[in-house]
Amino acid sequence: MPAEPIMELRGVDKYFGNLAAVNQITLAFEEGEFFTLVGPSGSGKTTLLRMLAGMDKPTRGDILLRGERINDRPANWRPTCMVFQSLALFPHMTVGQNVEYPLKCRGTSPSERKKRASRCLELSHLPISYYDRPVTTCSGGERQRVALARALAFDPEILFFDEPLSAIDYRLRKTLEKEIKDIQRETKKTFVYITHSLEEAMVMSDRIGVMRDGGLAQIGSPHEIYSNPVNRFVSEFMGEVNSIAVKRHEGGELWCESLGATITPPSVLDESFSQGTLMIRPENMHLVNPGEARSTNVFSGELFNEYVLGSRIQFQIRCNSDTFLVERLREAGMPKSGDQISFGWSPEDSMLFPE
Amino acid sequence: MDSRKLTTRVWSSLSSGLLCSAPLFVLLGLGFFGPLALVILYSVQPRGSFSPFGTPTLENYRDIIEQAFYLSFGWSLLLAIISTTILLIICYPLALALKRYSGAMADILTLLVVAPLFVAENIRLQGWVLFFDKGGFLDGGLNHLFGFGPGSLVNNVPSIVFGMVYVYLPFMLFPILLGLSNVPADVREAALDLGANKWRIFRDIEIPLAMPGILIGSLLCFVISLGAFSEAKFLGKGVIVTIAQDIESAFTFGQNWPRGSALAVLLIILAGTAVFFAMRKIDLNKVLGTR
Repeated sequence: MPAEPIMELRGVDKYFGNLAAVNQITLAFEEGEFFTLVGPSGSGKTTLLRMLAGMDKPTRGDILLRGERINDRPANWRPTCMVFQSLALFPHMTVGQNVEYPLKCRGTSPSERKKRASRCLELSHLPISYYDRPVTTCSGGERQRVALARALAFDPEILFFDEPLSAIDYRLRKTLEKEIKDIQRETKKTFVYITHSLEEAMVMSDRIGVMRDGGLAQIGSPHEIYSNPVNRFVSEFMGEVNSIAVKRHEGGELWCESLGATITPPSVLDESFSQGTLMIRPENMHLVNPGEARSTNVFSGELFNEYVLGSRIQFQIRCNSDTFLVERLREAGMPKSGDQISFGWSPEDSMLFPE
Repeated sequence: MDSRKLTTRVWSSLSSGLLCSAPLFVLLGLGFFGPLALVILYSVQPRGSFSPFGTPTLENYRDIIEQAFYLSFGWSLLLAIISTTILLIICYPLALALKRYSGAMADILTLLVVAPLFVAENIRLQGWVLFFDKGGFLDGGLNHLFGFGPGSLVNNVPSIVFGMVYVYLPFMLFPILLGLSNVPADVREAALDLGANKWRIFRDIEIPLAMPGILIGSLLCFVISLGAFSEAKFLGKGVIVTIAQDIESAFTFGQNWPRGSALAVLLIILAGTAVFFAMRKIDLNKVLGTR
């Protein structure tokens, strides 16, 4: 029997007037996992998180902490803690006072407070010399660490993150992403993180929940969600993808109107399938050398753009009215803009979504 | 060559700043420092003198100490402290409530607070006298309806305090509102989330962050109520004498300008001390959001 989930949501709704910001969410967080809720702006992530942290109450449904219903328990009575998008540091306090605050609320002795706060600063990679600095003199990245240390000092059972890295430059964000993941591994606490950045979700999470219009579109490991998206929305949200409109064709094949060609589907077509979208990730596309024998799903077109992505390169190929992206490792003898080239994909690498 | 360029640049940046603040300097010079210097000069002239250029003497200050003027100073100080305290207690929750409204409702509430300022203070106070006096609106109305009334509610110290609180309310309310806008909602939520109860949030987060606004409001109210005049005159009707009334009568009835000036200098010193101590605690740039 699997262990009891640390936190569980059962049919949770949140309405603002007539608008359902969160709609029928049922979800369970396992003890010690790093769970990321990812979705575009306005998909209800923050609303959901605020209910989990106790800042808002659900309109309907239940929130359970280790099996106990906590809907009406206010934030200061929950063993959870949140790192805010704005960080919400106390601007009139020093770094040390900020980190000590949750311990002070609990009545911990000053010497013990200082000891534990120092330990938390260390965990979040902030030098102890920052202890007596006013928090307003810290840089963006340092404030990030103060906020993290303050949440850790609370010693929560679950730590929530509301897009804390969204205002930070790329390089520092990459570093902090990994540090947050390391801290999670070290403390073995349950982390629930929300972001609109797919990359952030992929780097850190054990499981990802993709949100759309207040509901959960898919829950799974980063790998599952990336390679087996349940629908077109998830597939497009999880990264760049080539999509082609297709129809059922005789002999179990697909027909693509714009290419004027038959395409082999990823698997045997369902009885009910009549039309839909076929999606192939750019890195699953390959270039076909002249003379190479390939029978299915091979097309040719004009290469009209190349984007260098560090170790990889992306080709934009125009084929009739469609444009395809093909991503390969960079190597010698690659085609140039203006070349006529052939490209294709293995049927099993494509994903078919009926409409 | 280079140093000349630098000098020009310093001059041009300096002169643009000077140019922009010139009207203020002129106004302050003519309207504040000039009269202030004159008052100080008059305060050291012999009794009853009308020239500011006589032989300097401290006899006016000696008179003030010998003639029990400390009573008026005491009343003014006491009234200022009491009304400032009451204003703090009234305005803080009021500001919190006002902050919750936005849009049309906030505009209406703000207008309700500001509207009395459109009518001259004396007229408003006389209105209250008519309302509270024996046979006035309240007493007369109740007598007419029920056959008994509270009689006169004016001519006493509480009615003076009431008048001061009523007149100076906006001067406390708006600075506090400004101060409360320095308390972000998420910072309050963060404190709650970290385990702080309402009292702790109030004490540790809200008050310290709103403190500049609270101090400015208190300072404004304290200083203007220290110089309060009409409230004691109209609502108090002479039950006590404030220092501002003493100054007025020295200049008019008493025709003793030097004594009036000496009293004014002492009042300015009293108010100036309060301003000095409060301003040391306030970062104006932070309150007004310029930094």
